[in-house]
Amino acid sequence: MIDQKTIEQIAKLARLKISSDEALAYGDQLSKVLSHFEQIAKIDTEGVLPLVTPSEIEFFAREDEPRKEYTAAEMVANAPEKAGNLFKVPPVV
Amino acid sequence: MDLLQASFKDVSDAVKSKKISAVEVTKFFLNRAEKLNPQLNAYICMNPSALDEASAIDQKIQNGEAVGPLAGVSFGIKDLLCTKNLRTTAGSKILENFIPPYDATVVNRLRSAGAIVLGKLNLDEFAMGSSNETSFYGKCKNPWNTDYVPGGSSGGSAAAQAARIAMGTIGTDTGGSIRQPSNFCGIVGIKPTYGRVSRYGIVAYASSLDQAGPMVSTVSDAALALEVIAGHDERDSTTSSRKVPEFSKNLTTEIKGMKVGLVKEYAAKGLLNPEVEKVYQTSIEELKKAGAEFVEVSIPLTEFAVPMYYLIAASEASSNLARYDGVKYGFRSDFKDLSSMGLDDFYSQTRGEGFGTEVKRRIMLGTYCLSSGYYDAYYNKACQVRRMLKDQYSETFKKCDALLSPVTVSPAFKIGERVYDPLTMYLNDIFTTATNLAGLPGLSVPFGMTKSGLPIGIQLTGSHFEEQKILNLAYALEAVSSAKGKVPIVY
Repeated sequence: MIDQKTIEQIAKLARLKISSDEALAYGDQLSKVLSHFEQIAKIDTEGVLPLVTPSEIEFFAREDEPRKEYTAAEMVANAPEKAGNLFKVPPVV
Repeated sequence: MDLLQASFKDVSDAVKSKKISAVEVTKFFLNRAEKLNPQLNAYICMNPSALDEASAIDQKIQNGEAVGPLAGVSFGIKDLLCTKNLRTTAGSKILENFIPPYDATVVNRLRSAGAIVLGKLNLDEFAMGSSNETSFYGKCKNPWNTDYVPGGSSGGSAAAQAARIAMGTIGTDTGGSIRQPSNFCGIVGIKPTYGRVSRYGIVAYASSLDQAGPMVSTVSDAALALEVIAGHDERDSTTSSRKVPEFSKNLTTEIKGMKVGLVKEYAAKGLLNPEVEKVYQTSIEELKKAGAEFVEVSIPLTEFAVPMYYLIAASEASSNLARYDGVKYGFRSDFKDLSSMGLDDFYSQTRGEGFGTEVKRRIMLGTYCLSSGYYDAYYNKACQVRRMLKDQYSETFKKCDALLSPVTVSPAFKIGERVYDPLTMYLNDIFTTATNLAGLPGLSVPFGMTKSGLPIGIQLTGSHFEEQKILNLAYALEAVSSAKGKVPIVY
């Protein structure tokens, strides 16, 4: 069972503001889902290398050449708030 | 020309030989979409430049310039793929106002082949769902019966294709999101081998599982569209540099001697809806008649595919979705005064308001699985079992060319029926998720209908980069399918 304190801690790590109703619902649902998932715990994986990507990947690198693809104005065009070509954020220092 | 039944090749040849113009084809599908989309909610937005783009293709032909194999073919694109200057939402409020400055490679290749982007198609928010009920832009409906879900997450693609309000569509598949809705809506959908198709410009959900692929009306259209979008892309380091076969040219119903595996563990479950079971058994009989040989195979770890999938997908999602922070693009909460705010509150409030319930649930699950103290027990453990599963598949494909199975245990379910129970919804995916974990190609081909008129498909799974084999088997099935060429009547 995942308690409310754990749920609040996860929400904090995930940078998600959730209501107390949401926290209750998620606690209950995640507990159910995780207890179902615990079936994989019984599989013996001693010495098995984790697989993080499924296909063979041939390494390739392109030439490190600068390309001008977008203007600064295009890059900040989607910003919710901006000042000139800068993103506007709360004070960070 | 009957545009509802014409193949990509028919239309493209007719456009090139000026029997019909790209503008006429585009107008036909735009009008049809305008009439039928309100009942289905398959499109989130239409492309206001579609007719101009079609006109440019006609102009090229007029000038004697070369145009590609999809000249004038109207495509709907899942709203998870970036389209230049056309809003891309991922079905989420958090990307409500996002206008990409570039095209995804898949979109770029379709356009280069002469295809016209008609509009952007509905989906579960961030592709997280199996019913298209988690979209911020409203539920999409199944054109065969609008009380039913079209499946998900590529529900809009499947619904639009089934109702023929696009000639072809593109979907993405992380745990079944191309195959399951294709199955629910009676169309052909192929999830290519991981690395076959570029993920550049596709909003990331779980990067080690996501692949885009065509969702279309016939196997030959699927083969042609896959040929167009596949191949190495210097912008996606996980794409393979293998040569893309000429899938459409190599297509044949001659499958004599091909070995098809039936997974023992799937049969043992006894979970199948009787109508799905019947269609599945018929597909086996038909392939036998066509000369295929059947072998029983065992892939014991498929039993754990669903928990493995959700652990890995949620973990990757919690990391991928960290980028939505209300700074560079997308939704930002309505803050009155930034100067007195802390950065953490700024992020948390924006993300709390911008993401929907299912997305938050998966971010929470993934964050938990990756957090200190649980990483080894959950994420790392799932990745270890994933390697063992992939090895079991490799052994299996030494004994057979492809695997045959149902796509889902039952046909489409009613809207609202499963939305309150995430676990039941997740278990919907037992036949589809293992394919993504192992990076294999898989497809769904329509093969029957329920008595009440809902489509039932058959799933074929192939070995890495062996799309041709499953396309050929599907082509043989399609040739004798009772569901072939059926179009739902939408009022």
